Amino acid sequence: MPRYTFKEFKSDQEVRWCPGCGDHGVLTALQRALPDVTEALGYSKERYVVVSGIGCSSRLPYYMNTYGFHSIHGRATAISTGIKVANPNLTVWQACGDGDALAIGGNHFIHAIRRNVDINIILFNNQIYGLTKGQYSPTSKFGVISKTSPYGTVEHPFNPGSLVLGAKGTFFARSLDSELKLNSEIMLAAAKHDGCSVMEMLVNCVIFNDGTHKVISDREYRADRTIILRHGERMIFGKNRDKGLVLDGMGLRVVTIGENGVTEEDILVHDAHSDNVGIHMMLADMKYPDFPVALGVIRDVKDVTYDDGVRDQVADVKAKSKIQCVDDLLRSGSTWEVK
Amino acid sequence: MQHKVIDTKDVVIRFAGDSGDGMQLTGSLFADMSAIFGNELSTFPDYPAEIRAPHGTVSGVSGFQVHIGSEHITTPGDFCDLLVAMNPAALKANAQWLKRTAMVLVDSDTFDEDGLKRAGLSNDPIRELYIEDRTIIVAPITSLTHESLKDSGLDRKTIDKCKNMFTLGMACYIYNRPMEYIFQYLEKKFGKKKPELVEPNKKVLKDGYNYAANIQAIPNTYNIEPAQQPKGLYRNITGNQATAWGLLAAAEKANLPLFCGSYPITPATGILEELAVHKSLGAKTVQAEDEIAGICTAIGAAFAGSLAVTTTSGPGLSLKSEAMGLAVMTELPLVVVDVQRAGPSTGIPTKTEQTDLNQALYGRNGECPMVVMAAHSPAGCFDAAFNAAKIALEHMTPVLLLTEGFLGNGSEPWLIPSMKDYPAIQPPFARPNTEYKPFQRDPETYVRKWAVPGMAGCEHRVGGLEKNHDGVLSSDPKNHAMMVREREMKVQKVADFIPELEVNGPESGKLLVVGWGGTYGHLLSAVQEVREAGVDVSFAHFDYIMPLPRNTREVLSKFDKILVCELNNGHFVNYLRGLMPEFTYTQFNKVQGQPFLVQEIVSAIKSNL
Repeated sequence: MPRYTFKEFKSDQEVRWCPGCGDHGVLTALQRALPDVTEALGYSKERYVVVSGIGCSSRLPYYMNTYGFHSIHGRATAISTGIKVANPNLTVWQACGDGDALAIGGNHFIHAIRRNVDINIILFNNQIYGLTKGQYSPTSKFGVISKTSPYGTVEHPFNPGSLVLGAKGTFFARSLDSELKLNSEIMLAAAKHDGCSVMEMLVNCVIFNDGTHKVISDREYRADRTIILRHGERMIFGKNRDKGLVLDGMGLRVVTIGENGVTEEDILVHDAHSDNVGIHMMLADMKYPDFPVALGVIRDVKDVTYDDGVRDQVADVKAKSKIQCVDDLLRSGSTWEVK
Repeated sequence: MQHKVIDTKDVVIRFAGDSGDGMQLTGSLFADMSAIFGNELSTFPDYPAEIRAPHGTVSGVSGFQVHIGSEHITTPGDFCDLLVAMNPAALKANAQWLKRTAMVLVDSDTFDEDGLKRAGLSNDPIRELYIEDRTIIVAPITSLTHESLKDSGLDRKTIDKCKNMFTLGMACYIYNRPMEYIFQYLEKKFGKKKPELVEPNKKVLKDGYNYAANIQAIPNTYNIEPAQQPKGLYRNITGNQATAWGLLAAAEKANLPLFCGSYPITPATGILEELAVHKSLGAKTVQAEDEIAGICTAIGAAFAGSLAVTTTSGPGLSLKSEAMGLAVMTELPLVVVDVQRAGPSTGIPTKTEQTDLNQALYGRNGECPMVVMAAHSPAGCFDAAFNAAKIALEHMTPVLLLTEGFLGNGSEPWLIPSMKDYPAIQPPFARPNTEYKPFQRDPETYVRKWAVPGMAGCEHRVGGLEKNHDGVLSSDPKNHAMMVREREMKVQKVADFIPELEVNGPESGKLLVVGWGGTYGHLLSAVQEVREAGVDVSFAHFDYIMPLPRNTREVLSKFDKILVCELNNGHFVNYLRGLMPEFTYTQFNKVQGQPFLVQEIVSAIKSNL
């Protein structure tokens, strides 16, 4: 098979996101990741289907030169499930926003994760409704002022990571819109993962929620306020690579290497493949300023997938059943002859 | 008393008891046995929504009516010849359905103070219910069952569960039914798993039969000869089963995998359950997290190249509205089956109605036409489902198939067809590696080509946003107007591929009776009855509603008046009025959660002559 380049995954449609929108970076990362995915897994381009719901980020399928389905608000995950179950040979990517996936589509989202349908969900989290021009979303911070919360919200946000892990997610990764290389790396890992992969992308909405992630994403202090987790590597972060995470009683604690007798050997090694969800949950829940926000693949564990289960059951029953065609079916069970 | 065996053309039997008394099983067994004996028949299960409603109360009464005959049977019958009432509540709830000449068989053990009180009856229920003139057979069925099984070693509760077999034995005596079929059934049901129950059940059945023969309280027994039926292999089939099988048949003829995404809902669940069994035919079923996911997984499967189906009932159809619009917009083949029930809202889930037609026709945002059709009998659901799938696949459109609780749960004998007599189904697939424009249409049928993921060189995007023929987003006013018109034309053109409307009776005259869906049997019986009385009346029944058969206007134009009968407040008649205002319509409607009675229709016809 010829090696694709990112150009083959770019459609001829003009990208209509606002200049400076974080979605551009995620799209670029995806277009760059797919040639690697194709090479690693041996897919051909016609096997890709990109699905979305409604919202700014859900325009993404139009910008991909693959099969695409821009569906209705919240339902992308259900559409993706149908596509993948109907034809498990397809590789399904989904773009959805925080309102789309976690508010109106929350039910489908958690159930696709619970079933472990082999789809790759990119969750664009800008903590706001952009396309409807600036209402708070289920990930907006408590107290945030928006058009529908002029005096501040009085509701707690979802942390997508804990929601995914609570729903027995087998793959969860998080990143920032501008981390192009890391994002392509995460997308390749998601593609290789058999099961429901959720990639939370913290994206900036330049118009309605500008700077919502700035406190961690600003280049000046990003290295100190985020940590990139890689399986098998120590959980070390910071501009000077001198900070790390250790287990302290029932929780995590940030330490400085070289202070109070802490050495590099004391720092936790990330095990994304561990079945134990406890530490993954703690990592996904880390918030600034007490902790660095975890980026990278936080959890990546094997489990049976729903689409394989459905397909295998059909094959098993087919191999055993006496009913092999509709004529057999019509004549099965209790019948009688009128002569 | 001199015992007589009377030959009779047809009888209606209603088994009624508490919702845990096994009346649905008893009725089904009686029906199956009669079918195998060679009778024509029709059944009507009438049960409460509660799985075990409060014991002994009228709201908890579960009934199963079966109409058997030696001639053609089209309905489960209005009134019954035999009512089996396993408790006072069952008698109270069903006394209104007794023919003047009816027999009533009651389990006297349940007619104690407590039982009567629970049913809200006095100590003299026979007089209170005005049924003194009927033949009442009082039998202590519960204690006789216990007597029969006292040496069986079974516990009290298990013995109680056998009393329906005693009743069935008595009914077998009254109607001269051979019991071998039930013996076979019991062996099959319990033989492997609970062999200790086979002989006790058989014994109770036989004891019931012998008891009925010995008590001298039953004046006459009846003989219903086998009907003259076309030769061939038969089976009993319910509407839900036939719907599922029709879909499987269509998938086979189209050489496509069947995908069903559904959420359990009464009375449609049986279709999903039935499809879930038949994985050997490649059917994939997804029990979705909700109704919306049911249809959306199906739409995804349609995009991926399956024959995609979602099944539901009224409230579920409401939830699917937006997604049906998506299927209309993306022009994907999809079958939506709505087994209608009494509404609005949760309504009366286990009761039948035709009150979803307006929703089916109009219940979506935007100009959103889709094919709407209806099944007219339980076995007819097979062809209806097959045709719905054929139209969806060949015309690239969602199709809404309306059935009814009455059809879904009702059953009738069915002359098993052969799949070689069914037409091929040929979806308009695109060819790989050719220039593909997703919304370019066939100039005659307005049907677009279907490219499915995996087909090289046909990559394209579909979605809910308006597009042009090339599949590019467009909010151009003229393009929108054109696409709206073309989607409408595509649905209208389906009329060229469906059968013309047939008239039963003279092709012109004073009155045409019109119906659609599951009222077919009742309307036909009523029209025949009126005609036998020497009055000319014609009857036309619609299986296709959107679009209507091509000759509809021509058929209607030949009659002075059109009487539209339906189990709603006039959805179809108003649809006709809107499309063809030039004719004189009148209407007969019933919204009680119950099917028509033939006699109601007869009266309605007579008052319109």
